[in-house]
Amino acid sequence: MTMTKNRDITRQAATTNDVASPVCGGECKFITRDVNVFYGEKQAIFDVSLDIPDRSVMALIGPSGCGKSTYLRCLNRMNDLIDICRVEGTFLLDGEDIYSGAIDPVLLRARVGMVFQKPNPFPKSIYENVAYGPRIHGLAKNKADLDEIVETSLRKAALWEEVKDRLDAPGTGLSGGQQQRLCIARAIATRPEVILMDEPASALDPIATARIEELIDELKENYCIVIVTHSMQQAARVSDRTAFFHLGRLIEEGPTEQIFTAPREKQTQDYITGRYG
Amino acid sequence: MILLATLLVLAVAALGWWLARRRARQVELRAHGHRDRLHSRPVYHGLYVAIWTGVPALLLLLAWIVVQGPVLDALLLSSLPQDVVRGLDENARAVLLNEIKTRAAGNALPGQPAPYVLEAVQRLLRWRAIADMAALALSLAVALAGLAFSWRRLSPSFRARKAVERAFTWLMLLCASLAVLTTVGIVLSLIFETMRFFTMVPLSEFLFGLRWEPQIAFRPDQVASSGAFGMIPVFAGTLLISAIALGFAVPVGLLSAIYLAEFASGRFRAVAKPTLEFLAGIPTVVYGFFAILTVAPAIKRFGEALGIAAAPNSALAAGLVMGIMLIPFISSLSDDALAAVPNALREGSIGLGATRAETIRHVLLPAALPGIMAGVLLAASRAIGETMIVVMAAGIIATLTLNPFEAVTTVTVQIVTLLIGDTEFDNPKTLAAFALGFVLFLVTLALNMLSMHIVRKYREQYD
Repeated sequence: MTMTKNRDITRQAATTNDVASPVCGGECKFITRDVNVFYGEKQAIFDVSLDIPDRSVMALIGPSGCGKSTYLRCLNRMNDLIDICRVEGTFLLDGEDIYSGAIDPVLLRARVGMVFQKPNPFPKSIYENVAYGPRIHGLAKNKADLDEIVETSLRKAALWEEVKDRLDAPGTGLSGGQQQRLCIARAIATRPEVILMDEPASALDPIATARIEELIDELKENYCIVIVTHSMQQAARVSDRTAFFHLGRLIEEGPTEQIFTAPREKQTQDYITGRYG
Repeated sequence: MILLATLLVLAVAALGWWLARRRARQVELRAHGHRDRLHSRPVYHGLYVAIWTGVPALLLLLAWIVVQGPVLDALLLSSLPQDVVRGLDENARAVLLNEIKTRAAGNALPGQPAPYVLEAVQRLLRWRAIADMAALALSLAVALAGLAFSWRRLSPSFRARKAVERAFTWLMLLCASLAVLTTVGIVLSLIFETMRFFTMVPLSEFLFGLRWEPQIAFRPDQVASSGAFGMIPVFAGTLLISAIALGFAVPVGLLSAIYLAEFASGRFRAVAKPTLEFLAGIPTVVYGFFAILTVAPAIKRFGEALGIAAAPNSALAAGLVMGIMLIPFISSLSDDALAAVPNALREGSIGLGATRAETIRHVLLPAALPGIMAGVLLAASRAIGETMIVVMAAGIIATLTLNPFEAVTTVTVQIVTLLIGDTEFDNPKTLAAFALGFVLFLVTLALNMLSMHIVRKYREQYD
């Protein structure tokens, strides 16, 4: 399904490791080079190279259909699920190529968790939703251990106080904002290194959105977070670095403050000032 | 004559439709496109007149058909010589009337008819001619009256569309209640015949009896003259065959549904799903052939190889073939249920690092469970009520056994055998069929209600 030539990868991996990324020195979580993605005949991403530092928030912005979600889904190989999708290029997670045969996509996704646009709790209890990942990956030695993972994850997702008395209630019965925080807790529970968020607040009201943003701010202490968002205010509020995509190309990437105050590219300026998009 | 009257009424209605529509069109044309000149479009004017012309007259004709026979019978009886009629009981009067009608139709009967019969034949023919003419004239009069009445009510501002729409609402209500009333009628007749059965056979014997030998004596001194009506062995047979069928169909159907929904390529799915559903379209009598000609001999040989004596019409053969029949019900409904699980759940699970198998087992199957259960219960009620396969492939004798290589009989088979041939509805042998049918109805009704309840309770929960 995904075709990358191993020879190229080793060569490029060597290069990227020799030349420390200008963005994050030696602390890059993800280094991606020359990424091209195709849906059948149609090319969705053109030659994107992007470095993502650890313990920070990277925002991907751009108009609809610009390829930012597609790029995000490459980072934990979710695009493998789409038959017609073909990914080319180099994706290094801590210097390891995630598209080589050496890494099992199932294990990769345990390291690179994902939160989706629409809250998607499983039709199970709140407890079982959070315990799902630890159970399938065998992270808990016993019931007490599992209880603790569930509690810690719910606390980290700022949901514990609201649900601690009804852990057996169905997760689908929560409000939209609570469901999304449950999904974040579920992602945290598998102890990932990276959390990908695909427009995590677009289906939520302003108050729930504010809570999710606070949460992202806290989570970046421990995780590398990549967030796709349609809201430029949100990108400005939560992210450390921002990448602007347009028509499948990476137009500009830099510290969020610079992108929003002094963009180098005219297209970026047009987008953030609301001239199109 | 009634047919002619019907055709004439329909013709008058069509004429009314045409006239009213034409007049409304002319009004519309004169109005030069000013919509407010005419409240309803011309077609509604036409339909309004047609309904008023046709419906009352046709209802009258329908009532006439129902009433004419009994009324003429009563008139004939009272016109016969009193001393002849007085000496006859109910049945003999019916025979006499029948003789008169047969002769009136011009059919020959043996023997020389009595003179009063000949007179009655003449009277009957005369009355029938009068009745037919009356029906024709009356229905035409009613049709014309309806035409005149509705024609006079029509005016540009008349709300013909409302009236027509109301008439069609009534028509739809009539059709809907027809189905409901039929069901109620069938259930009531089942109940009454069952109650008659229980006046002859005690309820406790029927419910708990272990012997099913539904014969009755032709002579009082006959050997084995008393039948036994214990339903246990018959229902045990039904349950055994249904269990074999479901035990085969549920795993096969469910696994094929999972494969189709989660693993199959689009091209395989495009071929396999219609093929599976095509199985549901095969007449059950064909499955029956398959069972006796192919499966049963194979099982007999298989049993011989194992050293087990298999009956030629073993429960296993009927059950397996019935299982094949049930596969499409289970696979199709389960496939729909799996496909209806939102993709977000699938991605959420995969995104947490779950494998496809874990995703299916822990997320998709629980989410699709209501649909799957509904499919299984539908299949179960089909299995219990299935008739043709078991009539052809299962046994007649009610044996109480769990051995799938033996022949057992089922409720449906017994109902068929009890009602085939000359039957009279005054002995327990025939009425037992109604009792069995009633119990069968209760079981499938309970299964259907259970599956509806499950579907309703869990539907939309995972949206």
